Amino acid sequence: MQKLIRIEPEKCIGCKTCELACSFKNTGEFAPARTRIYNEIFMDEAKFITVTCMQCDEPWCEKACPKGAISKEMPSGVVYVDENRCVGCRTCVSACPFGMIKYVATTGKVDKCNLCNGDMPECVAFCPTGCLTLDEEDKPLRQKILRFVNTMKDGQMEA
Amino acid sequence: MKGWHGKLLRVDLSAGTCNVEALNEEWAEKFLGGRGLGTKYFVEEVDPGVDPLSAENKLIMAAGPLTGTYGAANGRYMVITKSPLSGTMACSNSGGEFPSQLRYAGYDMIIFEGKSEHPVYLQIHNDQVQLVGAMHLWGKTSRETEAAIKAEFHGDAKVACIAPGGESQVLFANIINEEHRAAGRSGVGAVMGSKNLKAVAVRGTGSVKVADAKAFRDAAMGAYGLLKQNPVTSQGLPALGTPVLVNVMNQFGALPTNNFKQSTFDGAEAISGETLASTYLRRNKGCLGCAIGCGRVTSLKGSRFDGVGEGPEYETLWSLGATCGVDDLAAVTKANYICNEYGLDTITMGGTIACAMELAEKGLVTEEEIGMPLSFGDADALVKLTELTGKGEGFGKKLALGSYRLAESYGAPELSMSVKKLEFPAYDPRGVQGMALEYATSNRGACHVRGYLISPEILGLPEKTNPQETEGKATWLKIFQDFTAVVDSSGTCLFTTFALGVPEFAAFCSAATGLGYSDEVLLELGDRIYNLERVFNLKAGVDPAQDTLPKRLLEEGIPDGPLKGEVARLDEMLPAYYQERGWSAGGVPTDEKLQALGLA
Repeated sequence: MQKLIRIEPEKCIGCKTCELACSFKNTGEFAPARTRIYNEIFMDEAKFITVTCMQCDEPWCEKACPKGAISKEMPSGVVYVDENRCVGCRTCVSACPFGMIKYVATTGKVDKCNLCNGDMPECVAFCPTGCLTLDEEDKPLRQKILRFVNTMKDGQMEA
Repeated sequence: MKGWHGKLLRVDLSAGTCNVEALNEEWAEKFLGGRGLGTKYFVEEVDPGVDPLSAENKLIMAAGPLTGTYGAANGRYMVITKSPLSGTMACSNSGGEFPSQLRYAGYDMIIFEGKSEHPVYLQIHNDQVQLVGAMHLWGKTSRETEAAIKAEFHGDAKVACIAPGGESQVLFANIINEEHRAAGRSGVGAVMGSKNLKAVAVRGTGSVKVADAKAFRDAAMGAYGLLKQNPVTSQGLPALGTPVLVNVMNQFGALPTNNFKQSTFDGAEAISGETLASTYLRRNKGCLGCAIGCGRVTSLKGSRFDGVGEGPEYETLWSLGATCGVDDLAAVTKANYICNEYGLDTITMGGTIACAMELAEKGLVTEEEIGMPLSFGDADALVKLTELTGKGEGFGKKLALGSYRLAESYGAPELSMSVKKLEFPAYDPRGVQGMALEYATSNRGACHVRGYLISPEILGLPEKTNPQETEGKATWLKIFQDFTAVVDSSGTCLFTTFALGVPEFAAFCSAATGLGYSDEVLLELGDRIYNLERVFNLKAGVDPAQDTLPKRLLEEGIPDGPLKGEVARLDEMLPAYYQERGWSAGGVPTDEKLQALGLA
């Protein structure tokens, strides 16, 4: 089954270690401007939000690419960019509604999260709070359901 | 050069010019960065006798070779200048994202010199650097300043600025970055104000490179594992932040109360980390690349005050709380917010109000002069006086001078709880002998973060020492002070040292720079920095006779709590400390010592 980076915003401390780890692994330098995962801080609201590519089942970027350079590989489910085919036309950049694929001027190609090519994603490996996990089951969702189930259980009369 | 960018930015405020210079490679190797390298540049370029608030003083913002990387909490910078409060080297540290952003823009350091005729601020967008008029920002709080600069420059810019406190040269004004983080102590913000420099705004889209990426990742993963195993960095600090110490220090009996008249506080529970966590705390926050996350994101919603922000930290809960006898957590938090918005150091603010409270209690200052009745425990007066100091109004103008000058002006300098005119932080040295020696010998006055012996004396890290004993403390302190100088120069947060030791820093620094720093070389580097600061202070006229504590702490025993009767036994430790440092019996670094460190 397909694995994804799962994000639990309530565990985030806004440290942006994910951005540092991502850029260091994929560019060899600490360069948050070239990260593939984004951690934004909203201090007044006390909310820290992290987003990255969710490896869509029917990717907009794939459909938009005129060169067939983007494909969703199975069974991993990772949406890859074939750098040999990419001509840097940026059509996918316009197509992705989430801004999760971007053009890199230094390479002339587009760049996006590929879950670190089958290794443990570096952002997950370095996330200090477990806000990020790599999992095939939607664990955070399952935990929310269990909280709700427990509330229901507590309200039941004993048999 | 690897690790460092090898570039510094020199900004001449008198001439209005900004120039890029190559970093001195030899100095970088010997002084690392941040505190060490910044101080080296400072002492080479500035006369120790300089008036701190004159155009001839300089102000240096210095990152370290680890700033902007990951694995520990490598997001710090240092502000180095001569302090208008103490007349010593001032060297104040802050985190957040501003320091790393400076490195992503391509610089290791900024040197500000001269004085601008009109208010200006510095805009840095990678290699585009310019001074911009700041008349429209003058008078704005840190929050307003940041919002205005983001609107006119770049929404992703990181801003370090002074607020009205720095503009009016409150002697303990700080430099605030990202609204809530502070280069706090010694009045570095007043120096910025004296230069008519309102802010530095940085947008950096470049990178930080290291010499050996694989070794660096290994060092980071190792450090990360240690931080996750250590109870202080993995549990205490994330859950309760530094305020975890309020109850710890009070139960131990060394939480100074009412301007050090007592050492236990009846209201401690009300201002504790536990109470904060169950009332105004919204969540915890880490600076860039931090694996600890001690920051307190708070809101006063539901209290009699309003506002949102970061803090209070432990030192602030004490300075605006216990030592003023105030047990109203909402008022302490509000006063903390005011300090952040007006750019004031919370420790000296609280220490100075506590001093004023005792002056009032003794009848040395009148209610009429203060403009309100004032006594220990008065929460409303605390908030009001903090605001007056920030705005430079009424009695706030006297408080703006700090506790020593305040108490001296009423003929009672002994009521200032300070060393070298810098106010104490939150640990009674009568109960923790190692801290007595640290306060007396720290190069910036009564400071806890040059050799934090609370770690072994109270927390038992790396091993437990007996806080009532004086023997051996000189040896402990020298190692802590030297190691801290290394940490402060690398660009890393001191809090990592609860879990990380010299070998971890040697691994980090070696991988970043490719220079193969050994444990011994790093500790010698720390020793070198410590001596460099000491020599500057001596030349600036801060003589060794000032390596002492207020009479109250040396002679009046603690009157209450489990440590009743204890005094600070400094005379049992100071000669051993001078000897340990290789200084003369009079506290002056010897020629042999300076030669051995490459300083003569």
